[in-house]
Order: sequence, then structure tokens, then C-alpha cells
Amino acid sequence: MPNIKHLEDICTQVRRDILRQVHKVNSGHPGGSLGCTEFFVALYNEIMDRKDAFEMDGIGEDLFFLSNGHISPVFYSVLARAGYFPVEELNTFRLIDSRLQGHPTTHEGLPGVRIASGSLGQGMSVAIGAAQAKKLNNDDKIVYTLHGDGELQEGQNWEAIMYASAKKVDNLISTVDLNGQQIDGATDDVLPMGSIKAKFEAFGWTVLEIEEGNNLEAVLEGMAKAKAETGKGKPVCVLLKTIMGNGVDFMMHTHAWHGKAPNDEQLEIGLAQNPETLGDY
Amino acid sequence: MKTYTYTEKKDTRSGFGAGLAELGRTNPNVVALCADLIGSLKMNEFIKENPERFFQVGIAEANMMGIAAGLTIGGKIPFTGTFANFSTGRVYDQIRQSIAYSGKNVKICASHAGLTLGEDGATHQILEDIGMMKMLPGMTVINPCDFNQTKAATIAIAEYEGPVYLRFGRPSVPIFTPADQKFEIGKAIKFTEGTDVTIVATGHLVWEALEASKVLHEAGISAEVINIHTIKPLDDAAILESVAKTGCVVSAEEHNILGGLGESVARLLATNSPAPQEFVGTNDTFGESGTPAQLMDKYGLSSTAIVEKVKKVIERK
Repeated sequence: MPNIKHLEDICTQVRRDILRQVHKVNSGHPGGSLGCTEFFVALYNEIMDRKDAFEMDGIGEDLFFLSNGHISPVFYSVLARAGYFPVEELNTFRLIDSRLQGHPTTHEGLPGVRIASGSLGQGMSVAIGAAQAKKLNNDDKIVYTLHGDGELQEGQNWEAIMYASAKKVDNLISTVDLNGQQIDGATDDVLPMGSIKAKFEAFGWTVLEIEEGNNLEAVLEGMAKAKAETGKGKPVCVLLKTIMGNGVDFMMHTHAWHGKAPNDEQLEIGLAQNPETLGDY
Repeated sequence: MKTYTYTEKKDTRSGFGAGLAELGRTNPNVVALCADLIGSLKMNEFIKENPERFFQVGIAEANMMGIAAGLTIGGKIPFTGTFANFSTGRVYDQIRQSIAYSGKNVKICASHAGLTLGEDGATHQILEDIGMMKMLPGMTVINPCDFNQTKAATIAIAEYEGPVYLRFGRPSVPIFTPADQKFEIGKAIKFTEGTDVTIVATGHLVWEALEASKVLHEAGISAEVINIHTIKPLDDAAILESVAKTGCVVSAEEHNILGGLGESVARLLATNSPAPQEFVGTNDTFGESGTPAQLMDKYGLSSTAIVEKVKKVIERK
């Protein structure tokens, strides 16, 4: 049984890391990062089967691809807290000569990042390639992805979604962060997408829903169910309902904090709502 | 003067198909992807012999580029196949982010490049692909000149670690390079020695340059024909050494002169030892329907056009 208290402590620390990263450089994307904190912490600390030595050859372990690369603050924090690189390096987020670029990249050699992302809609195709390479290598591990809901407006996703089921890429679990927000407002106002569940099902995927995407136990249970659905001839989609800005009250339920950093005063309020657990970097 | 002849004509895309088939037998990590153009890319032999290592993606080139990038994670060497137009402009951002910036070992193999695609017309005749690809940091750009060189290049790029754009074509063209000539990425090949002018040519224009050199020889002009099969990285030393001797250069390519081989050569000369240069290529224009020969003639890509530009550049010395 996972130690929920410990995982919750990691979540709280990750939220602090997110706030402090974007505050320091007055740029970055806190809203979506906060909303996906429980997902990332569950994935990297419980769900994924990862090698201990942090090798980056991609063989013999579960892999994760972040397609909506702008939520790099949560990705970097969770990678650092999992041991991929020193947590002190979070101090360099978005600074000149840093490995922690505004959007994740392999270009600077940051351990844990396997593809550049930021230009939206490309991650699922890459993950499918990695999943098919695993099948060729008789590697029975799983490939995970994360996508924004607004990101599904990019057409390449639907090429990939069609392909994954046609080719029975059943070692793939793609999670969509259903926070209902994008830069210009609510997804239903910008470009209503109808039922994403129905769309994935129509394209031949197994679809699971996690109603409380910011409830750690719900995420753990939902992702465990998703894992149990792999290897059955279909790719697996998880619709993760989250609250953008979760854990910092004034950032919640709005798209206003999609790409905006807190000021000094706002930072203090946010940090007070998330007391230090593992130790700040 | 050394002259070149041929006994057989073949399409360069068949050279790619033959090279890929050989890789299928010799390199277990090589995998191939295609976006519904297996026959056009001559990939049948590889697919027949290695069905488990082939991925039919359907008409979805963006997805194909992403899958290719992903296949490298786990050690595969993916070769993507579609027309040059759909291998570059249509998927520029996918190549830029998921392949070039991510440093993935993908080989983008592009057929039906340039005007010699012929009757399908301008929608399919890309003349900007070399420019787009050479601007991408870390991308190697190769445009071989005949069947044998295309086959050798296909085999050579599997041994090279990094993203490569390999450009070839549809029409049957003379085979004039040796079948056993090893392909060295970035190493220009001097076809004729000359003293009056350097002609640097790539792709289908290499044969035209050799034809032009015969006509020029009869007119008392000694042309040095250099095959630049690798546009990036450019063989700076070979070009500078030749132009130091001849004092002028004509570049020849089946591509827009904006952004092509000629501009790379001009930059090299401007920053080292400026010399008069003339450009054979299309000039800021789309193509149109027609036979390959008609199009090469109309858009000034024939040996006749090269001869005219040589005479002009020599006058400017």
C-alpha cells in the first residue's frame, strides 16, 4: 500500500516548487502545473516502473512523455524530487544557460526529459513510436503521456489517436488533463469539443475517467485500473478531471493563472497554504 | 578532359529502395515508415523482407514524423518515406521540435523532389525543401545525383548518428557514378578537372553540368565539375580550393535559388574569398505541369542554361 501521507507531503512540496520557480523569473505556467501535481506525484512515485539508475536509454522501464510542455514547472519539480537531477537546479528555471528551459527539451541534456515539447499536439505520436519500439524490443513496459484538453484542438492528435487503435498500441496510457481551461478562456467558449470520452471511444480506445483528479487516492486507483487495461489490444485513455491552480485558492477555477506568475505578496499567500514538507531547494 | 557516359538510366528513388532493402538485411535496427506511398518510394522489397519492421502510417505525415522520433527511443533507426513536399513543408514544425531540436536519429527520405516530378504540377513540386531543411540546426542535407549514389547514401546515413534529410526524385536519369563508390557524408566529388570555371552541382543537375562541360570544352572553356551531394555540412575546402584556381563559380540545383545550394556557396565565398557567381535554379517561382524535360528547359535547369551562365560568369572575372 502506498504511503498516502508521504505522497501528500511530496505534493505540497511540489506546489511550493512550482510557485517559487515561476515567481523567481516572473514567467511560466503555474495554473496547469498545480492542477496536475497529484497526477505527476502518483505517476513518478507509485505508478511507473522506473529503473533506479536514471539511465535514459528508454529500455526496460516505463516511459513518460509530456505533450503540453508548458506545465514544465510541475514536471521539473517531480523529476528533481524523484532524483533525476539535483533539486537545487530548480533555481535555474528559465534562466540563461539553464537545462530547465521554459519548455522541456532534450537539447540541454536534462535527465528525465525524452522529447522536446511545447509546440502542442506532438507528444502522442512520439509516445506511440516509443511504444512500438518497445514491442519490437520485446520490452513489456508501458508508455504514459499527458495532454491538455485544449491541446486536443491540434489535428495531429487525431492522426495519432486513429493510428494507435488501428495498430493496437495497447502499451500506451494517454491521460488528458480535463481542466476545461485554455489561454483565451474556458474550452467550451474557445472551441467546444463535445464529448472527449465519446470521441476517444469512437476511435477505438478504452476510456477511463478519474472524477477527482486532485485527490491522490482517486488518481492512484484510477491509474492502477488504467494499467490493468493495457495489453488488451487497445490503447488506454484516462480523462483526468482537475482544477486548474489547485492548492492555491486564488488561482483555482480560472484560466487567469495559465501563464502568469504570482507577485511577492501572492507568493507568500500561496506558500502559506502549502507549508514546507521535504525542504525547499 | 575526362568525359562521362552511361549505359543505363534509372530513377534515384529506386536507388533509395535498393539501399533500404540492403539495410533491411544488414542492420536489424533499421525500421521504415510510409504515409501511403510505398510504391512511389520503392519500399516494397524492404517491406516484403521485414514486415515487422515496417509501419504504414496512412495519409498522416505529421503523425509519421512523431512516431519516427519516438522509435529512436529504444534504439531504432527510422527511415520515413513520402514525397519531398510532404516530408518538409507539411511537417516542418514536427521535424523542428520532435526531431531536430530533440536530436533524434531519424532519416527523412523524400522522393519526387523538384520540377522533375512532372505532370502532377506545382502542388507537389517542392523547390524550397533544401532551404527549409538546411536552416534546421543539426540537420544533415543530402541530394544524390544518380541511382548508385542514392543507394550508397541511403546505406551511409544509417551509420551516421543524427537527423538527415535525403532528397531524391522520380524520373529516370543516367547512371554515371560507380556502383562500388562509398558515400562519404560531406565529402564533395570532383568529376572533371578544369581551370576556367567551377561548376558546383547537386542532384539531377550533376549530369546536366557534365553535359555542359562537354559543350564548354568544345568552345575552349575548361570547367571543373564538382558534385556537392551533401549540401549541409558543405565541403568548404573542396569549393574554396577549386574556386581559388578557377576564379569563378556556377551553382546548379533543382531548387529555388533563394535558400538552396547556391546561397550556401555564396556565403562561403563571401566570407572567405569573394568570386563572381551565377546561379542555375528556379528563381522565386512555383512550377507547373509538363514533362520533366519540358520543365527543366522552361525553368532554366538544363545543360544549355548552365553553359550560358558559365559564359556570363567568366566575363565577370
